[in-house]
Amino acid sequence: MGYSTELKNHQNEQHKFRVRLVFLILMVLSAFSALLGRFYYLQVFRYDYYQTLAENNRISIVPITPNRGLISDRNGIILAHNFFVYTLEITPSKTDDLQDTIAELGKLVEISATDLKRFKKLRAQSHTFESIPIRTHLNEYEAAKFAVNRFRFPGVELKSRLFRHYPYGTLGTHGIGYISRINENDLKQLKESNQLSNYKGTEHIGKAGVEQAYEADLHGITGFQQVEIDADGRAVRVLSSASPTSGNNIVLSMDAKLQEIVEHEFAGRRGALVAIQPKTGEVLAMVSMPSFDANLFVDGIDYDNWNNLNNSPDKPLINRSLKGIYPPGSTFKPFVALAGLESGKRQPPFTISDPGYFMLPNSRHRYRDWKPSGHGAVDMRRAITVSCDTFFYGLAVELGIERLTDFVRHFGFGEKTNIDIQGELSGLLPTPAWKQKRYKQPWYMGETVIVGIGQGYTLVTPMQLAYATATLANSGKAIRPHLVNAIVDAKTNQVKMLPHTVADQLPLNTQNLDIVKLGMMDVTRPGGTAAAVGANAGYDIAAKTGTAQVVGIKQNEKYNEKLIAERHRDHAWFIAYAPAEDPKIAIAVIVENGSHGGSTAGPIARKAMDYYLLGKVPVDPNAAPVPETTVTNAPEVEEEPHD
Amino acid sequence: MIRQWIGHFIRHIDSILLATVLMVLVVALMVLYSASGQSMLKVNAQLVNIVVMMGVMLLVANTQPQHIERIALPAYLLGLSLLIAVALVGDISHGARRWLNLGVTKIQPSELMKLAVPIMLSWYFSKRESMLRTADYVVAGVILLVPVLLIAKQPDLGTATLVFAAGFYVIFLAGLSWKFIFGSAIAFGAALPILWSMLHDYQRRRVEILIDPSQDPLGAGYHIIQATIAIGSGGSTGKGWLNGTQSQLDFVPERTTDFVFAVFAEEFGLVGCSLLLLLFTIIIGRAFIIASQAKSTFSRLLAGSIAATFFTYCFVNMGMVSGILPVVGIPLPLVSYGGTSLLTLGLSLGLLMSVQSHKRLVATD
Repeated sequence: MGYSTELKNHQNEQHKFRVRLVFLILMVLSAFSALLGRFYYLQVFRYDYYQTLAENNRISIVPITPNRGLISDRNGIILAHNFFVYTLEITPSKTDDLQDTIAELGKLVEISATDLKRFKKLRAQSHTFESIPIRTHLNEYEAAKFAVNRFRFPGVELKSRLFRHYPYGTLGTHGIGYISRINENDLKQLKESNQLSNYKGTEHIGKAGVEQAYEADLHGITGFQQVEIDADGRAVRVLSSASPTSGNNIVLSMDAKLQEIVEHEFAGRRGALVAIQPKTGEVLAMVSMPSFDANLFVDGIDYDNWNNLNNSPDKPLINRSLKGIYPPGSTFKPFVALAGLESGKRQPPFTISDPGYFMLPNSRHRYRDWKPSGHGAVDMRRAITVSCDTFFYGLAVELGIERLTDFVRHFGFGEKTNIDIQGELSGLLPTPAWKQKRYKQPWYMGETVIVGIGQGYTLVTPMQLAYATATLANSGKAIRPHLVNAIVDAKTNQVKMLPHTVADQLPLNTQNLDIVKLGMMDVTRPGGTAAAVGANAGYDIAAKTGTAQVVGIKQNEKYNEKLIAERHRDHAWFIAYAPAEDPKIAIAVIVENGSHGGSTAGPIARKAMDYYLLGKVPVDPNAAPVPETTVTNAPEVEEEPHD
Repeated sequence: MIRQWIGHFIRHIDSILLATVLMVLVVALMVLYSASGQSMLKVNAQLVNIVVMMGVMLLVANTQPQHIERIALPAYLLGLSLLIAVALVGDISHGARRWLNLGVTKIQPSELMKLAVPIMLSWYFSKRESMLRTADYVVAGVILLVPVLLIAKQPDLGTATLVFAAGFYVIFLAGLSWKFIFGSAIAFGAALPILWSMLHDYQRRRVEILIDPSQDPLGAGYHIIQATIAIGSGGSTGKGWLNGTQSQLDFVPERTTDFVFAVFAEEFGLVGCSLLLLLFTIIIGRAFIIASQAKSTFSRLLAGSIAATFFTYCFVNMGMVSGILPVVGIPLPLVSYGGTSLLTLGLSLGLLMSVQSHKRLVATD
C-alpha cells in the first residue's frame, strides 16, 4: 500500500510540475512574441524612419548647457552671474582636414598656442561629433570676420557660450569661490557620482567656496537637441529636444557692502575677519586679505598670473578665515573665565593681587604679565577688562589642562565649525594625550599656564573664534555658521530658506555669563584695553583684544615693536559682539603683524558694526562700487542677449 | 578501444540541443567578426572560449545528477562565503565591489551563484520531497535571498536579478502556492507608489532613466537610440553581413558584448531575428522537455530552472537592446563575446544533458 501511495504521490507531483512547466512555456511564448512584435515595429513598420536616420547619418545629439545659477548677497546684489561670449568651435567629424582648417582659421583670427593645447586636450576627451572650442572670447570684429568667411569652413561654427563673471572682482572671493575648467579629477568625481552625462557641454565646475559647495544646486540640468545633420555637419532639423533647466540661484548670508567696507578698512594689511549673526549663524562677512580676482580663473588662469598669486609671500589664495591658524592670545580669556566660573574654581568675590607675574610652586620661572608693574587688585570681571595675564595663569593651573580644554571645546575650539563651504581647518586644543602622541613628550605644568592666556600650542581659525564669540553672545546656544541663506528654484522661483542648525546648547549659568559679558563690555569703556574702539559708538560693544606671538621672546628680553621686522611683529586679534544687550553681530578680526588688537584690529570691527547696526558708511574718496541700497526681493533671472 | 571510450563519452550528448547550440554559435562568430571590424582577433579568442565551453559541457554531461546533488550544499556555502569575503575585502572597480583578489587571479563569486543557487534549491526540495510544508518555502526563500541581497549590495542589480530569477524558478516549479505568488505581486504593486514617494528627486530621475533611457540621450540613452536605429534600419532582410552602417561606423556601443544583437539585427533584418528567436525557442523547448521527462525531483527542478533562466537572459538582453526593457548589463547567451558567460552556459547545457541521458541510462541499462 505504501508503495502505491508513493507512486501516486510521485505521479501527482509530476503532474503538478508539468502544469507549472506549461505556465512557463506560455510565458516564454508570449515574451518572444512581444519581442517579435517589437522587431516588426522597428524593422517593418518604422523602417523608413530609421532607414533615413541611418542613411543621413546621422543624428547628432547636441547638449544645451543650462545657465548656471546666480549668486547674490543677502540684499540681492549680484556677486556672480553669466554673460555670453563668442566662441569658435570645430566638429572634427565634419572637417575634412583638421590641421588645414585650423591653419586657415589662424589666418583669420588669432589662435594661440594655449588655445591649441586646450583644443587638443578637449578633443581627446570628446566624441568626434561633438563641437569643441578652438578660440574663446572673440570680439565683435573677429566674429564678423569669421561670419563672412564661414562658407570656407565646413564643420566650424561660431557659437555664443555662457561665461561666468564676478562683477566685483576681488570682493569676497574666498567665500564666493570661483569656477574653472573641468579637469581629469573633476571628471572622475562626476563619473563616480553618475553626473557625467549631465555635464556634457559644461566646461566649468565650482572649484572653491560657495561655487564648489553648492555646485549641485548651481549647475542645473543639461538639455539636449537631437538634430539631423547634413554631410557638412550642419543641423538640418531638430528631431526632438528638451530644454535645459537653469541652475538654482543662491542667496548668501553675506552682506556685500559690509564685506567691501571691511576689505577696504584692511588697507593693504594681511588678515581676516569673520562676522556672524549670533542668533542665526548667518555669516555676514568673511574676509581674507589680500584677496584675488576670481575672474582670472574662469577660463583657465594664465601662467604669469598664477605664478604671481601662488608665489606671493602674502599668500592671497589661502582663505585665512578658514585656513589661517593662529594662537588666540587673550581673546581666549573670556572662555577660560567661563570655564573657571562654571567649574566653581572661581567665585565672583575672588580677587588676586597682581604683582606683574605668576610663579608655579617650586619654580622660580616668572610668567610675566603684559603690564610689568601688574594690575593690582583684580577680580574676574576686571581681569577680562584689563586682560590680566596673571589672573588667568593661576586659573588655568587650578583648572588643569584637561578640564579647561574639555570646557572650551564646547565653543567649537579644536573642531571644525562645519560651515557650509569646504576646506576649513580644525585648529588645535592641546592636551597631554595629544602632546604624547605628537611629540612623544609628557605635558608640563608650564604649558598649562600659557594656555590660560591663549598662547602655547593652542591654535584657532578666525572662523572658529567668530563662532565661539557668537556662541557666547547667544548665551551658549551654538548655531552652525553658514554662508548660504536660501536657494531660489530656477523653475518655480520658490525660495527655499536653509534651516539654522543648533550645533550645541551649553547649559551656562546666567550669573556666570553676566560676569564675563560685563567684563567684555568694560573692555570698550574708559579703562579697558580697547576704550578707543567703543568711544562714541552709540551702542554697547562687548569685546576682547588679543595678541598672537609670532616670535618667542626670551625671559629677560623686552618686546620692542620698533626693532622687530614687520613680519615678525605680533598678530593683532579683536573679538566683539554688539549691541551687547541684544547681539546682532559677532566678529573676530585678525590683522597679521598688527601688534595691538585694540589699535589695529579693533577699528576694523568698529567700522563693520557701525555699518551693520547703524548703516554708517565710512567716508571714502574712492566711490564705493557696491551699491548701498538694500534690495529686498530675490535676484532676477538674467536676460537673454540679443544676437 | 579508444573508439569505444569515445563512444561511451559522447553518448551522453543530447543531439538536438547540441545541433541548435552549434547553429547559434556559427551565427555568433559571423556577427562577432563583423562587429569587431572584420578582425579575427576576437573571433579566435571566442573560438578558444567555445572549445572550453564544449569541454565543460561534455564533462558535466558525463556526470550523474546524483554526484551533482552531492556538491549542491558545498558549492552554495563556498559561493556564500566568497560573497561575504567580497563584501568585506573585495576590490572596487567602477564604484562597485564585485571582485575578490586571490593574488594570482581575480574572481567574481556572484557568477558562481548563478548556478549554485538553483542547484542548492533543487537539492533542498528533493530532500524535503513528499513532506513539503510552508516552512520549507520560507527556508528556500532565505537560501535564495541571502546571496541575492549580498550581490545587490555590491551593487550589481543585474546579476542579483538573474540569480533571483534562477532560484525563484526552482521554488515556483517546486509548487509555490499561486496565492502567495499573486498575493506578493499585488502587495509589491501596491507598495510601489509608497516607495516612489519616499525617493529623492535625483533617485527618481535615475529610476526614470533606467526605465526610459531616451530621457538621458547624452548618457545611457545614447546607446539605446543608436541601437534602435541599427535594428530599425536593418529592415526585413537586413543590410547584409558586414554591411551594417550603424555597426561598422562605430555608432553602436559595446557591439561585441551586450549590444551584439543590434549588429545582428541590422545586418540580418527581421528574417534573421525571427530565425534566431526560433533557435532560442528550440533550445528552451528542448530543455523544458528534458525537465518534464526527468525522473528525480532534483533533476526536474534543476532542468526547468535552467531552461527558464536561459529564456530570461535572451529576453532581457534583446528587450534591452530593442528598447522595451531597462538597460541592465546582461549578455545575449551564446552570441555575446566573453568567456565567463560561455563557461556558465557550458555548465548549464552539460547539466541538462546529464539529466536527460542519465534518465535514459537508468531506464535502459
